[in-house]
Amino acid sequence: MGKSDYIFKVENLQKWFPTRRTMKEFFAGEQRHVKAVDGVSFKIKRGEIFGLVGESGCGKTTTGKLLMKLLDPTGGKIEFDEQDVTYLEKEELEKYRQDVQMIFQDPYASMNPRFKLRDALEEPLIIHKVGKNRTERNVRIRKALNEVRLQPPEEFMSRFPHMLSGGQRQRGATARSLILNPKMIVADEPVSMIDLSTRAEILHMMKTVQRELGLTYLYITHDLSTARYFTDKIAVMYLGRIVEMGEPDAVIDESRHPYTKALITAVCEPKAGKVNRIKEVPIKGEVPSAENVPKGCRFHPRCPYAVAECWEKEEPELVDIGGGHFVACRRHEKLKKENI
Amino acid sequence: MEKIKMKDERNVLEVENLKLYYKVSQGLVKAVDDVTFFLRKGETLGLVGESGCGKTTTGTALMNMPTPPGYIAGGKIILDGENIVPLKETEIRKRIRWEKISMVFQGAMNCLTPVYTIGKLMTETLQEHRDMEKEEAQKVMIKYLNYVGLSEDILRRYPHELSGGMKQRVVIATGLFLEPKVIICDEPTTALDVVVQAQIINLLKELKEKLDLSFIFITHDLATEAEVSDRIQVMYGGRIMEIGTNQQIYGEQGAMHPYTRRLLEATPRLHEEVEELAFIPGTPPDLLRPPEGCKFHERCDVAMDKCKTQEPELKEVEDDHYVACWRCQ
Repeated sequence: MGKSDYIFKVENLQKWFPTRRTMKEFFAGEQRHVKAVDGVSFKIKRGEIFGLVGESGCGKTTTGKLLMKLLDPTGGKIEFDEQDVTYLEKEELEKYRQDVQMIFQDPYASMNPRFKLRDALEEPLIIHKVGKNRTERNVRIRKALNEVRLQPPEEFMSRFPHMLSGGQRQRGATARSLILNPKMIVADEPVSMIDLSTRAEILHMMKTVQRELGLTYLYITHDLSTARYFTDKIAVMYLGRIVEMGEPDAVIDESRHPYTKALITAVCEPKAGKVNRIKEVPIKGEVPSAENVPKGCRFHPRCPYAVAECWEKEEPELVDIGGGHFVACRRHEKLKKENI
Repeated sequence: MEKIKMKDERNVLEVENLKLYYKVSQGLVKAVDDVTFFLRKGETLGLVGESGCGKTTTGTALMNMPTPPGYIAGGKIILDGENIVPLKETEIRKRIRWEKISMVFQGAMNCLTPVYTIGKLMTETLQEHRDMEKEEAQKVMIKYLNYVGLSEDILRRYPHELSGGMKQRVVIATGLFLEPKVIICDEPTTALDVVVQAQIINLLKELKEKLDLSFIFITHDLATEAEVSDRIQVMYGGRIMEIGTNQQIYGEQGAMHPYTRRLLEATPRLHEEVEELAFIPGTPPDLLRPPEGCKFHERCDVAMDKCKTQEPELKEVEDDHYVACWRCQ
C-alpha cells in the first residue's frame, strides 16, 4: 500500500472559543475569543508515543479533543492515515472513532458505576456492531482484558467499578479503548489520578500493549518526568502553541526555549540537601489568559531574556535546530552562546 | 529497645499513641492506629504515603476535628504543653483551633465561596475570633496578605478573578491570621502547575523563617517533600513506617524501610535516565481487614516469616531515625 510514515499530520490547527459578549460588544458587532489552540503543527509517526506537555490552560487537552474529533477546529487541517479528517460527516466519524480511541484522566468518573466491567467493554462493540452475538463479543472482551493483564478475565468481567482499585480501573479503561482494535489512542493524563506506587505499573502496561499491538499514542500530561520515561517525542505547549519539540533527551537535557528551561528547573526531585535553599524560579507570575494573548512572542512578558524584538516582531515560528529538535524562540542561538 | 524520645523542650507538638477509627456498618476502620510522633519548633515535618494510608486523617485528628463517622479512640495530642484530646468542643473552638493550630485543607482554594469577596471571606474568620473593628481587621488582613506576596486590592476581588496560585496564597494567609504555632498543609501544591508549585514552596519556607512557624506538610509526593521538609514521616495502613531527617531519607545511605525505598524508586526523576520505572505491585491493605503482622508484608519483597505474624514497632536506629521493620532491627 505504501502508506506514509506518519499516522497524524496536524497543520496550523486552531480552536477559538467565543466568549460571552457584553452589551457594548454585541451592538458593535464585536466578538472576542479564547484562543485555546492557536496554530499548532506536528506529525505523529506510526508506532510512536508522542507526548504533549504543558501547564494547565496551555491547550493540550483541547488539542487532544480536536484529534479525537470531540470538537471541531476553527481553522487548520488534520490528516489521519493520509485522509483529511478535519471535518467529518456522521458515518465517517463513526468509522474514525473506531480507529482513534481515548483514555481519560479520571478512572473514577469515566466508568458508569452501574455497569459491570463486562458491560462497559461490550458497549463500544454494540455501538459499532462488532461481533454477532454475546459469545462472540465475550471472546473479544476476554482478549482485551488479557491484554491489559486483568487476569483472570472472567473474574474481572463481573466486577463493578467500585470493586476495582484506581490502577485496575485505568486498566479497564485501557481495555475498553483497545476493544475496537484502534490504530491510535489519545491518553489524556492517564496516570495523574493514580497513586505514585502504581503509576509506573500502568505506564509499563500501556507501553507493553503499544509494542505488542503496534499502536500509536498521543500522551497528554503536565508531568515532564513521566513523559521523559514514556514517550518517543515531546512537544512542549505554552498558551496554545508549541514552543519546543523533539526527542525527550534533547528537550530535557538540552532544552533551548526559556519556558522549557523554567519548567525543568521547577520540577522537584527526591534528593537530599534542598530543604534550606530557596529555589530559583526563573519565570514570574502565571500563564496569562488565552483571551488576551500577548503580542509578538506570547511568552515575552514572563521571559527573563526578552528584548524589544521579541514583542515588536511577529510571533517566532518553530524552527529545526538539528536532529529533529524544534524551537520557537528568536534568541535561542544568542542565548546558547551566552550559555543560558 | 528505645521508643520515640518525647518530653523534649524543643517540641511544640507531641502525639502519643493516637488512634482515630471510623465506625462503618461493616466494622471498624483503623485509619490511624497507635501513632506516636513529635514536631519541633520551627521545623517542617512531612507526612507521606499512598492514598488511604492515614495522612489526612492524622491531620484532622491533630485539629481534633475527625470527620464523622470517625472518632478519636485514644491517645494524647499535647500541643504547647496541653493535651487537647479531652477538651470540650467549645473550648477547642475558642482557644485551640486556628488560634494555636490551623490547617490548609486539600483543595481549599477551590472551595472559597464564590459570591463573597476575598475581603469578606477573610474578615469572617478574623471577627469570629477577635473583637475587632473593621478598620483594624483590614490592617491585619493587609499585613498577612503582604506576607504571602499579595497586594491589598485582592480584598475587593472575587475568587473567580484569581488564579490558582493566588487563591492558594489567600488560603494560606487566612490560616496565618490568628498567629498559630502549628500549620498543617494538606497537599497544598498538588493541584498547581510546577512553576506555581515552586513559588508556593518558596513561600512556605520564607514564612517559616519569618514567623517562626512549625509546619506539618502532607503530600503523596516524595519529590516535593524533599524540597520542603526537615524531617519525613512515612505512613502506611494507618501506621508510621519510618521517620527520618531529610538527609537520612534522601541522602546517600538512604531510607531503611523497604516501603520507603520502594516508594523512592517509584518516584520519577527528571534528570536521570531510567529504562524501567519501578513500581510496588499489589494494593494498600483493606483497613477493614488489615493483614496480620507488618501491614506491608504482603507487598514487601524481603518479608520474613516473622513479618507475617508479628507487627514491628518503631525503633530508633540512629539519632532521629526511627524504623518499624524487623529487617532493620
